[in-house]
Amino acid sequence: MPLHHYRPPPNHGGITSTQQQQVTHQPPAMDVLSQSRRQLADYTNSLHRDGFLDDQFSQLQQLQDESSPDFVMEVVSLFFEDCQKLVTNMARALSELQAVDFKQVDSSVHQLKGSSSSVGAARIKNLCVAFKTCCDSQNRDGCMRCLQEVNRECVLLKNKLQTLFRLEQQIISAGGSIPM
Amino acid sequence: MESCNCIEPQLPPDELLSKYQYISDFFIALAYFSIPLELIYFVKKSAVFPYRWVLVQFGAFIVLCGATHLINLWTFTIHSRTVAIVMTTAKILTAVVSCATALMLVHIIPDLLSVKTRELFLKNKAAELDREMGLIRTQEETGRHVRMLTHEIRSTLDRHTILKTTLVELGRTLSLEECALWMPTRTGLELQLAYTLRQQNPVGYTVPIHLPVINQVFSSNRAVKISPNSPVARLRPLAGKYPGEVVAVRVPLLHLSNFQINDWPELSTKRYALMVLMLPSDSARQWHTYELELVEVVADQVAVALSHAAILEESMRARDLLMEQNVALDLARREAETAIRARNDFLAVMNHEMRTPMHAIIALSSLLQETELTPEQRLMVETILKSSNLLATLINDVLDLSRLEDGSLQLDLGSFNLHSAFREVINLIRPIASVKKLVVTLHLAPDLPEYATGDEKRLMQTLLNVVGNAVKFSKEGSISITAFVAKAESLRDPRAPDFFPVPSDNHFFLRVQVKDTGSGINPQDYPKLFTKFAQSQSLATKNSAGSGLGLAICKRYHMLVIRFVNLMDGHIWLESEGLGKGCTAIFMVKLGVTECCTESKLPPATNASMNHAQTAFPGLKVMVMDDNGVSRMVTKGLLVHLGCDVTTVSSGDECLRLISQDHHVVFIDVCMYDGYEVALRVHEKLTKRHERPLTVALTANSDKATKDHCRRVGMNGVVLKPVSVDKMRTVLSDLLEHRNLV
Repeated sequence: MPLHHYRPPPNHGGITSTQQQQVTHQPPAMDVLSQSRRQLADYTNSLHRDGFLDDQFSQLQQLQDESSPDFVMEVVSLFFEDCQKLVTNMARALSELQAVDFKQVDSSVHQLKGSSSSVGAARIKNLCVAFKTCCDSQNRDGCMRCLQEVNRECVLLKNKLQTLFRLEQQIISAGGSIPM
Repeated sequence: MESCNCIEPQLPPDELLSKYQYISDFFIALAYFSIPLELIYFVKKSAVFPYRWVLVQFGAFIVLCGATHLINLWTFTIHSRTVAIVMTTAKILTAVVSCATALMLVHIIPDLLSVKTRELFLKNKAAELDREMGLIRTQEETGRHVRMLTHEIRSTLDRHTILKTTLVELGRTLSLEECALWMPTRTGLELQLAYTLRQQNPVGYTVPIHLPVINQVFSSNRAVKISPNSPVARLRPLAGKYPGEVVAVRVPLLHLSNFQINDWPELSTKRYALMVLMLPSDSARQWHTYELELVEVVADQVAVALSHAAILEESMRARDLLMEQNVALDLARREAETAIRARNDFLAVMNHEMRTPMHAIIALSSLLQETELTPEQRLMVETILKSSNLLATLINDVLDLSRLEDGSLQLDLGSFNLHSAFREVINLIRPIASVKKLVVTLHLAPDLPEYATGDEKRLMQTLLNVVGNAVKFSKEGSISITAFVAKAESLRDPRAPDFFPVPSDNHFFLRVQVKDTGSGINPQDYPKLFTKFAQSQSLATKNSAGSGLGLAICKRYHMLVIRFVNLMDGHIWLESEGLGKGCTAIFMVKLGVTECCTESKLPPATNASMNHAQTAFPGLKVMVMDDNGVSRMVTKGLLVHLGCDVTTVSSGDECLRLISQDHHVVFIDVCMYDGYEVALRVHEKLTKRHERPLTVALTANSDKATKDHCRRVGMNGVVLKPVSVDKMRTVLSDLLEHRNLV
């Protein structure tokens, strides 16, 4: 179908940004919904842009359907539980006054990396890669720093995702459905 | 006195005289008796004496004569009558025999004389034969010498040796004082002393070639006696007072070209060498004919031997040259192969590098398409998808130029909506055109069928390219595209004399004209536009952005376009009224007429197997082994989404406990410490190949080592974590179709 909307104004070439936004006229009641939708879309885009999430997360969102409506939330919760456990383990191992059991730390990092990549937590996954390097070089201080960062990222991501879920709830309560 | 019977002699003469007579008779008798004896003796001794009868006769004659004379002895004194009778008898006998002998001798003597003549004759003959024998023997000697010489000469193919041997052997055979060979110089104007017998290093003497003596020798093929004072013969200081006789003979220097197949070489060759032979001085020897003949024969042989040597030299040189060339060619071939391999590697890598982001774009856009979108968004996404598909195809095609050049490119036939294809291309081009303030118009003839069979993508590519070029080379004005069905008369174009389109019932020729108002083309540049490497000097080149590279790439596309058009049994050409008057690109392609209106949507350029992929796998029993809870959950969710019946396990023992033949697929996380072992155990436990579940490795590592390991333990496939929905779909359908991940 030709894009009839894009009518170039006379004596003027080019497509200006103002003409890009063609608002479709919808009944007013839908405004809230569409607004929420747009908000959600923007937020999700920003999360992707900032690297918090990658396409694996989108895959997960795809898997959510009528048979498993809370799939994503479940996975994410499990992930954060796991994350917490692993972080605690690693903290304990790294704060050993005597010899640090780097092997254990390494296996925990490996687990965390696997989990974060399954969930699509891009930043955490990348941190794990750096963490692993420190582990391999048995650098206690480096590991400590990485661990702190991982912790911080986890918390950050948790908050972000909570916001995301809140937005989704808004849509659902407004009568829409996700995935859109 | 009584009359006695004794015969009284006559009055005795003197006593002395009688005595002498008496003695003489005695001796005569003796002689006469001894002659036959001698005769007999000697005849007996000799082997051959044909006249024995004569001998007997003669002997008898002589004996009787002797007897007569003997008896005569008794008649000197008084002798009795008996003696007289005996005497008489003897005398009578003698008379008879002598007469007989005399008569016989008449016959005999001429015979004897003729014997003598014959003897003489035979002696002469013998002398003559001897002479001739001598001659033959010398000739044979000569022949032997020649053979030996020839053998010596021919036993080597080295030019130098040949000539040296010739001189040495000739010198030996003929006992020469000096023997020399003069060769013509490169210029052919002089003869240079090349070899001599006695002197070790011949001084590089030269004599001009046109001396009369030399001409004389060259003009005849015989050995010619020349004066010892001629320049060619003055080779060494005179050893003696009288220089020996000198003979010179020409040696033809034959070239390969002189030899015809069945012909003796033409001696029209101009090049001769000169052989000069000198007899020893003060020897009073003379050149004999046979010696001259020997020299001539030798000269011929030398000529042949030399030519053989020359031929051999040439062929050796040719062979060396060929070998060198071979080596060079080999090197060049290897370099070319390396270059081709490098190019292919580069293409492959670039292919991959360029395809990956393309696939990402296409995949994400298609995913996006499946989500809920506003109509504008949907349109945008569709446009993105279509453009990306086109671009992907273009990348595929451009980067597979080698395939293109092989001619192994094939059309992807299918029915499609012709009108919408055009409109899509226009839509793609319009934004660019409007930036340049160009107006793009499309006019589709009313009799243009809506649907057609052909390669939609390639047609669109061609169109896009041609229209794109029109836009590129026009700074202002308008681009008008017209498409119609070519009629019979318009099928033949005077500008394309080798284009013979034959329309048929099932096919029609689509004719598209793209007219622009750009800078036009110089008519002289027509042929160059569609050739690969020609550089057009027209304004178009100078003014378009990125001129050099742009034109080169443009040419490249032209090649693609030409190939596509050719593949579609068509033709493409340009018309222009001149510089600044714009130009029209016209192409015609053959399309199939299609009755049905079913439209096949543009398939995505990625995973063709996606078309065949099932969207759900109901009832597929899958087991997932992963020790990471989150991964497990995600993978399970994925498989459940695809409709599978999933069992999850978190340890190897659990897996082996629960695995059974009912399971169709087992996903094993091989990053687990016992991942591979579990795979092996599964294979051991369920040995029947067609009943046991397919094992697939899930791993975050896609390196070769992992893949090899998986293959070694007999796993049916490797999948990279994290897996997308589409990927899992593909994996499952591939597994089910092929029982292996291809």
